[in-house]
Amino acid sequence: MAALSILMILISAAVIPGIISITKAKLSGRKGITLFQPLKDIVRLFRKGNVYSTTTSLIFQITPVIHFAGIFCALLFLPFSGEAGLLSFSGDFLFFAYLLAFTKFMLIINAMDTGSGFEGMGANREALYSMLVEPAFFTIMASLVLLTGFTSFQEVYNNVHFGDSSLSYLFAAVSIYLLVQIAMVENSRLPVDDPRTHLELTMIHEVMVLDNSGFDLGLIMTGNAFKFAIYGNLIANFLLPQSFPLVANIAIYLVVQLLFAVTVGLLESFRARNKIANNPQFIITLSSIALVLFFSVLIITHKLILD
Amino acid sequence: MITSPKTSRATTVKNYQTILLEDVLVMSYQSFYEEVTAMMRDGESYHIVNYFAFQHRLVLKFICIIAIDSNQTLRVFSHELSLKQPLSSYSLPSISAEIYQFHIFEREIWENHGIYFENHPWLKPVRFAFDRANTMKVNDYPFYKIDSEELHEVGVGPIHAGVIEPGHFRFICNGEMVLHLEIQLGWQHRGVEKLYLEKTKLLQRTVLSESIAGDTAVGHACTFVMGIESNAGIKVDTELAIERTIGLELERVAMALFDLSNLNVGTAYQLASSVYGALRTPVINYFQAWCGNRFGKGLIRVGGTHYPLTAELQQRLKKLLYEVEWRSEEMSEKAFNLPSEQSRFEEIGKVTYRQMYLIGAVGQAAKAAGLKRDVRWSHPDITYQSLDFKPVTLSTGDVWARFLLRRLELLQSIGLIRQLLSIHSNISTRPKPRYDDTVNLTPNSLTISINEGWRGEICHTMVTGDEGELIRYKVKDPSLHNWLALALSLRDLEISDFPINNKSYNLSYCGFDL
Repeated sequence: MAALSILMILISAAVIPGIISITKAKLSGRKGITLFQPLKDIVRLFRKGNVYSTTTSLIFQITPVIHFAGIFCALLFLPFSGEAGLLSFSGDFLFFAYLLAFTKFMLIINAMDTGSGFEGMGANREALYSMLVEPAFFTIMASLVLLTGFTSFQEVYNNVHFGDSSLSYLFAAVSIYLLVQIAMVENSRLPVDDPRTHLELTMIHEVMVLDNSGFDLGLIMTGNAFKFAIYGNLIANFLLPQSFPLVANIAIYLVVQLLFAVTVGLLESFRARNKIANNPQFIITLSSIALVLFFSVLIITHKLILD
Repeated sequence: MITSPKTSRATTVKNYQTILLEDVLVMSYQSFYEEVTAMMRDGESYHIVNYFAFQHRLVLKFICIIAIDSNQTLRVFSHELSLKQPLSSYSLPSISAEIYQFHIFEREIWENHGIYFENHPWLKPVRFAFDRANTMKVNDYPFYKIDSEELHEVGVGPIHAGVIEPGHFRFICNGEMVLHLEIQLGWQHRGVEKLYLEKTKLLQRTVLSESIAGDTAVGHACTFVMGIESNAGIKVDTELAIERTIGLELERVAMALFDLSNLNVGTAYQLASSVYGALRTPVINYFQAWCGNRFGKGLIRVGGTHYPLTAELQQRLKKLLYEVEWRSEEMSEKAFNLPSEQSRFEEIGKVTYRQMYLIGAVGQAAKAAGLKRDVRWSHPDITYQSLDFKPVTLSTGDVWARFLLRRLELLQSIGLIRQLLSIHSNISTRPKPRYDDTVNLTPNSLTISINEGWRGEICHTMVTGDEGELIRYKVKDPSLHNWLALALSLRDLEISDFPINNKSYNLSYCGFDL
């Protein structure tokens, strides 16, 4: 079952970037790329060699591997269809979150290592936004843990459907909304970042990998595709109860990932991105919504009694 | 004693008027300085159009042209320096110290001829031209420097991320905030003004005019051609003048659509960038159908045209304008009311009316801040005089204003083309263009032609010698004035807002570099 979980993520990761791109292209009246073009781009990168600047150190060379490995390890924790992932223990979501944070940290020092003014600015922004978005994720997880009384991904997901109150469906809906928004921030999409921009001064995530090339860049991009699928998986798991037959769950999973990708494409097509100065406010808003969720859970679980 | 501008002894001319060089009163530098500064101090209806020098017989002759917006005239001031002593030994009191808008012209003169200007606020080379008197190397460029542990510098270019044109931008930042932006250009200097003198064929010169700035082919070509026609005494019929003006306005339409699209690329609002971008294509394709080039090259020629605007083309144009108008307005209604778009554009890159006035900004940059600088209104040629036209001005001077100005000017230009079509009498025979053998320039003369390109005021000034040959051809693209506006916009702004500001001005690199 764990192998199936990994396989599903690999399949989603392979097509999500393509689906987002096609959605955006169709919505602007263009023909768009083929579904597997992003995958082909990565394969092309893997066939290339690396170029290292003389100003960089060992950090720059090891980061792509660590970044990829970290994300890959993180996806091993994800449950599927009510079954635990390859790795699972009590409090595993903390380990999962900090594994992803660690990959980001490596990418930030990778950017600093190049000594480029652009990359320094990108690293600065990325660090700030990661710091701000972290509470949102943890507050959601804390709410779910409180609601279900369990502390691992698998148990939380299995029990969130069977809470005492039908309000748990509302919580699931709010959590899904927040996870989509967090995924947009973490994967450097609109409105916080613009993945299509060519202007270094406005970039956040892309600017940090400007100096990585060839195989290394391929690894980083593969990691990023995985990361997208990981967030899709977190969302899909809300809708995959253990009681459903496996085939149904696989179908639901794929449909959710597809919808997730199309939603991202839709969200990106009909708005302008934020002014960079407004980004912190935007991200803190996500944390505030998560906080409302958290307090609601406290109240209905009678941990917090209002008189 | 300071002379009042009303009693100035300077020569007054009209736009597109040719005068003899000897009719331009030559003053001493002392009285030149006093008269020019007195006039410029007098108010906002005066602005500098051009100020340059050239060797004429045994002197270095300076020509300074100031536009008077209130009565459609230009005033020409002149002074001379003897060539008997080396030019680098001269040192003149700088006008820029008092009237800022002269700064770029004095820098240019210093770079090209080596004349030093005392008390110039910031004397440094303009272009690092290969054909200059100043020998400073580009690596020694005197950038504004900081001596601080907290601040940092970010250099962008000259190789540009967007593969547009080369320019170097140096930011001094406090974290993300820009304290100062310095723009260093000149990377594309081709020696345009010198080429005018070297290429003696009229066709070569016309093609050269079309290549000064690729996006203003019609604008520069019109300015050149109308200058030549004035100097050589060639009369063109009203029909032809109308067709040229249609070309000029159509270029404005195409560029307004381009800018609207490009600004939306900057905000990542995909829908608008695609829609405006897709609308620009039929407009430039219309140019292709009209004259065989999508940028209108080949359309404007001296004394006639190869491509008359036939009745069939006029029908097509009317249909095109109708399409462009309703489709762009449909998009604009949405884009200009979208909250995320408004919050991205508003209050960003603000410049004030006063700043624009002081730096002598022209065209769109000035109009967005409320400063009415539009040659079509202030110094109109015969065609614009017959049209009902008032320049659009906005007051806020931010990116939003420049964005909105594009929308309003787009609609206005469509209206102007409709007016022009209605007064066009549909005669389909046109004179063929005239080339060298029939075009003789007036000897020892000076012609000033100014025209409103889509960016703003374009000025071409030609001076002829004893045989009627060109001895000086001076080109001024509006970007020469306006780059400083971009630098001012960036003060106390986040560095990430630079690209969108740059797009909102969309100034020409090669028009500046010449």
